[in-house]
Amino acid sequence: MAEKPQIADYGGDKYKYGFVTDIKSDTAPCGLNEDIIRLISAKKNEPQWLLERRLKAYRHWLTMSEPHWAKLKYDEIDFQALRYYSAPVQKVKPKSLEEVDKNLLDTYNKLGIPLKEQEALAGVVAVDAVFDSVSVATTYRAKLAEQGIIFCSISEAVQNHPDLVQKYLGSVVPYTDNFYACLNSAVFTDGSFVYIPKGVKSPLELSTYFRINAKNTGQFERTLIVAEDDSYVSYLEGCTAPQRDENQLHAAIVEIVVMNNAEVKYSTVQNWYPGDKDGKGGVYNFVTKRAACRGNNAKISWTQVETGSAVTWKYPSCVLQGDNSVGEFYSVAITNNKQQADTGTKMIHIGKNTRSKIISKGISAGFSNQTYRGLVDVAPNADKARNYSQCDSLLIGSTCGSHTVPYIRNRNKSAVLEHEATTSKISEEQLFYCMQRGLNAEEAVGLIVNGFCKEVMQKLPMEFAIEAAKLINISLEGSVG
Amino acid sequence: MSDFLLQIKNLHAGITDDKKEIIKGLSLDIKAGEVHAIMGPNGAGKSTLSYVLTGKSDYEVTAGDIIFNGKNLLELSPSERASEGLFLSMQYPVAIPGVTTNVFLKHAINAQRKYKGLPELDAAEFLKLIRGAAKEFDVSSEMLKREINVGFSGGEKKRLEILQLSLLQPSLAILDEADSGLDIDALRTVAEGVNKWHNQNNSLLIITHHLDLLNYIRPDFVHIYADGHIVKSGSMELAEDLEANGYRNYLEE
Ligand SMILES: Nc1ncnc2c1ncn2[C@@H]1O[C@H](COP(=O)(O)OP(=O)(O)OP(=O)(O)O)[C@@H](O)[C@H]1O
Ligand SMILES: [Mg+2]
Repeated sequence: MAEKPQIADYGGDKYKYGFVTDIKSDTAPCGLNEDIIRLISAKKNEPQWLLERRLKAYRHWLTMSEPHWAKLKYDEIDFQALRYYSAPVQKVKPKSLEEVDKNLLDTYNKLGIPLKEQEALAGVVAVDAVFDSVSVATTYRAKLAEQGIIFCSISEAVQNHPDLVQKYLGSVVPYTDNFYACLNSAVFTDGSFVYIPKGVKSPLELSTYFRINAKNTGQFERTLIVAEDDSYVSYLEGCTAPQRDENQLHAAIVEIVVMNNAEVKYSTVQNWYPGDKDGKGGVYNFVTKRAACRGNNAKISWTQVETGSAVTWKYPSCVLQGDNSVGEFYSVAITNNKQQADTGTKMIHIGKNTRSKIISKGISAGFSNQTYRGLVDVAPNADKARNYSQCDSLLIGSTCGSHTVPYIRNRNKSAVLEHEATTSKISEEQLFYCMQRGLNAEEAVGLIVNGFCKEVMQKLPMEFAIEAAKLINISLEGSVG
Repeated sequence: MSDFLLQIKNLHAGITDDKKEIIKGLSLDIKAGEVHAIMGPNGAGKSTLSYVLTGKSDYEVTAGDIIFNGKNLLELSPSERASEGLFLSMQYPVAIPGVTTNVFLKHAINAQRKYKGLPELDAAEFLKLIRGAAKEFDVSSEMLKREINVGFSGGEKKRLEILQLSLLQPSLAILDEADSGLDIDALRTVAEGVNKWHNQNNSLLIITHHLDLLNYIRPDFVHIYADGHIVKSGSMELAEDLEANGYRNYLEE
């Protein structure tokens, strides 16, 4: 069973994660109906309450229609043509990494996550890897368990920690929230679960890699993070997908609950296959990510580097319920060729003295289109709420588009809201200056773009930042003549 | 092999997408180790010449040849020309917001090392190198942490250009008004830095309006450049004559 590298016939073939893993999969037939949902639930040996929730969500979903308010254009998705469950076949459920299919491990090594090595090295990151729909291996579990930290796949959490899951799942993003979230609530297959008990600061950065492998398979992960009082965790998420001519659907939900004085840092490097240079193929990424600062002085910070996907629809949000709670959003979004991204954040100020900060850096090249869409909402009782928003756009060339749509809804007079926005263009003069000193055109663009989004990149954990900087350069290849 | 470092033969060039010709039949030979000065009225096309030599895309060569180090310069990209040893201290150095001076310099040095097949410098090696150079050119560590040329004073920008010359060690440096905007001390610092780099193997093309820099870096040849070509060549006396009498004796020719 060897890897078959998929080599595209066209140019712009710079996506280095485009290989397909040849592995036996246990796959549901295409289409969506209550039987499929029952199948998923049965495969995962779920309790009755969860199946009922899924069915409730599904029935509600049937009454909803796809939202079209985003500045995105894509062919209608045929939800009946998709497959909602695909899992690599394992002879027996792996108890340790030794038992995990070798091809799978090779895939992760190729992706730069040597699970085995990491466990051996007792390094700094704990990794949960989700392959198509099923969580494959969670390393470092023992070490984390010593401190009472739970880090496992959501399916395992359903089995082993049903009370926690039942209490928090859907409490931040209810199934009625939006079309894609509702779909996810009906068919989600796996994802990660993190629980940090009171007073515990996670000694490791927790990390999940998501990968879509099987053809025509929708990926619907569900991530749930709960940080109890006075706890801290930094969580990293990375995503890749094989290069395919068909579009792949990804509709995930991430829910985060942050209690008194707790802090969660959530970092994403999203590198789903963006399609080829003519816009063929690529992942449709419709994601609902939301954190609730339920406690006082709670803090959540989202950092995202978005270089992939053909279409991105994503607004990681912060609901600042606790007094003095803090929400931050740091984002770099890069679109090239025919990519489209409509992304931003929502800061919902409910508690008193709540503070939020939005730093968004959008880079558009080629024929791509990008929109920053943000909402700052101040509730009547959110006295002295403060928001600072800065949205900068950088254009490369003159065929791309960039838009900034900042909504503000302020219902409290004591709120202080600041918004700054800039749009700039990489000039020929800047490129020439770099080239005169020896950088080639692509290195010059990479240097300028990395400088432009430095403020956000600095928020990423070190190893991730280096990886992300390289990714930025790769994504912009071919953007200058 | 000829001992010419740079040979410009009957060069014609203008602005890309424009009929206007700015350089009209210019020829100039520079041997290894020589210092040439070009003087000429505003708008004569001196900066244009420096851009044509370094390959800026706004300009187009319509006729003529340029041989640099035995290679056809016109076939090389701007970054290849730089890595082959051609350096331009720009009349108006460009600001790049977000990119700190340190980061920029490290990338420049490593890009050229990569081109030459040398191992790239790591952070520690780079810092060692840059600290020495910064001291020499009176560039503070604060300035190295600032975004390159963003908000730099005219003199600071010029000092930083010469600092780069000293770091990159080119074989031919074009100084386009490297002396403009410099105070008396900075002029001496810059000139000393250039002299330290300059030796019998590498050459200088100095574009200037004044004698100040030429008094520190004595040119072997002085050329008067007007209306797109060299109208007269001579020695330092020619520059002194210009300083005293202006261009009027040369423009009517
Ligand atoms: N990109 C351009 N677009 C339009 N005109 C240009 C461009 N570059 C140069 N020119 C014109 O070409 C002529 C030569 O300009 P250049 O900058 O080379 O002069 P110079 O000799 O360096 O002058 P100075 O002594 O003032 O620096 C000028 O008339 C200038 O306006
Ligand atoms: Mg000039």
